[in-house]
Amino acid sequence: MAGHSHFSPANVEEHFEFTSEGKKRIIYAFIAGVVALVIGIYLLSKGEAGGHEVAAAGHDAVKAGHEAANAGHEVAAEHVSGGAVSHQAGAEEHYDWTNRIWANVWLNAVFFTGIAVVGMFFVSLQYLTKSGWSSVMKRVPEAFPKFLYISLPILILVFFFKGDVIFHWMHHGVTEVGNENYDKIIAGKSGYLNKNFFLIRLVVFGGLWILLWNMLRKKSLEEDLNGGTEYFTQLVKIGTAFIVIFGASSSIFAWDWVMSIDTHWFSTMFGWYMFASWHVTTYAVIVLAILYLKDKGLMGYVNENHLHDLGKFMFAFSIFWTYVWFEQFLLIYYANLPEETIYFLERWEGHNKIYKTSEILMVILNFLLPFLVLMTRDAKRTRIFLKIAAFLIIAGHYIDFYQMIMPGVVGKHGGYGLVEFGMVTVFASAFIYVISGELTKASLVAKNHPFLPEALHHDI
Amino acid sequence: MSSTTNYILGVYDDEDEVLHAVGEVKAKGIKVEDVYSPFPIHGLDVAVGHERTRLPIAAFMFGTLGMICAFSLISYTMVFDWPMIIGGKDFFALPNWIPIAFEGTVLFTAFGLVSTFCISNDLWPGNKTLPLDIRTTDDKFVMAINVDKNKVSAADIKKALKESGAVEVNVK
Repeated sequence: MAGHSHFSPANVEEHFEFTSEGKKRIIYAFIAGVVALVIGIYLLSKGEAGGHEVAAAGHDAVKAGHEAANAGHEVAAEHVSGGAVSHQAGAEEHYDWTNRIWANVWLNAVFFTGIAVVGMFFVSLQYLTKSGWSSVMKRVPEAFPKFLYISLPILILVFFFKGDVIFHWMHHGVTEVGNENYDKIIAGKSGYLNKNFFLIRLVVFGGLWILLWNMLRKKSLEEDLNGGTEYFTQLVKIGTAFIVIFGASSSIFAWDWVMSIDTHWFSTMFGWYMFASWHVTTYAVIVLAILYLKDKGLMGYVNENHLHDLGKFMFAFSIFWTYVWFEQFLLIYYANLPEETIYFLERWEGHNKIYKTSEILMVILNFLLPFLVLMTRDAKRTRIFLKIAAFLIIAGHYIDFYQMIMPGVVGKHGGYGLVEFGMVTVFASAFIYVISGELTKASLVAKNHPFLPEALHHDI
Repeated sequence: MSSTTNYILGVYDDEDEVLHAVGEVKAKGIKVEDVYSPFPIHGLDVAVGHERTRLPIAAFMFGTLGMICAFSLISYTMVFDWPMIIGGKDFFALPNWIPIAFEGTVLFTAFGLVSTFCISNDLWPGNKTLPLDIRTTDDKFVMAINVDKNKVSAADIKKALKESGAVEVNVK
């Protein structure tokens, strides 16, 4: 406990340097992603890209074995899904090979928007609860929302130009009485799900996110220069305002960006579910960022006690995600209403079963492994275990978002191919580049934060 | 406390003093058995050198046991003893078992941990253990040293306690 008491707020200021070598490495990763993406797109244009066909073939073999025993059951399942997805048969006819590219752009934009905005949410939450321990590391999540400047425009552009690829409710004529595509259920939802209102929500709430982040960031940097507790009081107010707005907008965006892809289906838990997924991913990214900086010899004042708290957050929110995901599943499973079970049938039995492996893998990666890896106190205080758990969580929640978005957009044309790997590499390297750039703009520790001395003596 | 044990007790007035005194006494090669305080003192367990509690391991075991028991109970009753069709599900409807397994896990862990804690701290019902010095329940802090477990002579221990700021040194 006495080990780090020689740090005083005056001598902790330090800066992360985004070296040209580091920049080069990230740019190489970006280029590698682009190359993979281009090859993937080329393969897609030549017909189906590899990847899922192998998986599907494997499933077919397994399925053949099961079929004799489960013939009756399979037929019943096919019947249910066949009845309820009749609207998708229409969509299949319009399927174009480029759809999978747009689905991937949308998936990654939503995923990384989440990581960016939850960085802001985390900092706001620390101000709202007046937490002391986090003041040593809050500059790391504070830099994340910078990526909103890239991801929100991507969301707006993709929605504006390619929205009909992603959203069933944007298909031509679905709300037009008399049109062959007319869909009564979607027409009933058109008061909320229409192009203009969607864009208004996206621009207004996205704009508020960016605005509040800029206010918070500005005050936080001024505090570094001038000190004084009045900055803290102002930051608490900004953080509180953000939490109120985020509380509404995170749910609204979960319905808009993801749930409305499966337009007929709905779940009242979906806002929580997507927020939980974003939230735990962001903790994993924060942990990786801090451990990277520590490996560089920076942030020496962030000791195993702070890492322990972050580890607890990762552990707790992995369980929270599981709770929300499973509750959503259990209620639907129990009630057994065809219009609700279709969502899980599609991911379990539908589309030649290409999504079944991911669905199982996701629960292992997002619940079972983090639960076991991070269970003990020692694991939460040991860097290597934190790193393993963080990577598992990030991969698991990418798959989680994949499972939310892909079946509804590309259906049986989905899979894990070069397009997916290329696109996620492109987005991840862009994210790291932007965040690293933002991190250099301020001292890594908020040196005039009134709770900094408390955080430096944090001991659990 | 059995009558054959030979304790020397240093009585202190202040929690900061007792925290520093532990270090001073230990620096002289004296083994400190325990420190008694009316309230928890941050860092005291580390200063005395207590091992971390193994209660989390017990918690994991009780939890695992609870999960197994809950799974066994629900499977036995709903699958083997009296199979019932509920909501058209299989007799062995695993997702429905999970909330029950969760409750069983929590129940066993809670009761198991409270019992383990009480037993390992001599706190079972009807047991009357008197503190070494009754004033540790009020405003005094007592450092207890077991003479038999120390190679240092009793006189040196008393001297060390006095030097470290003890207001009283008693033998019990």
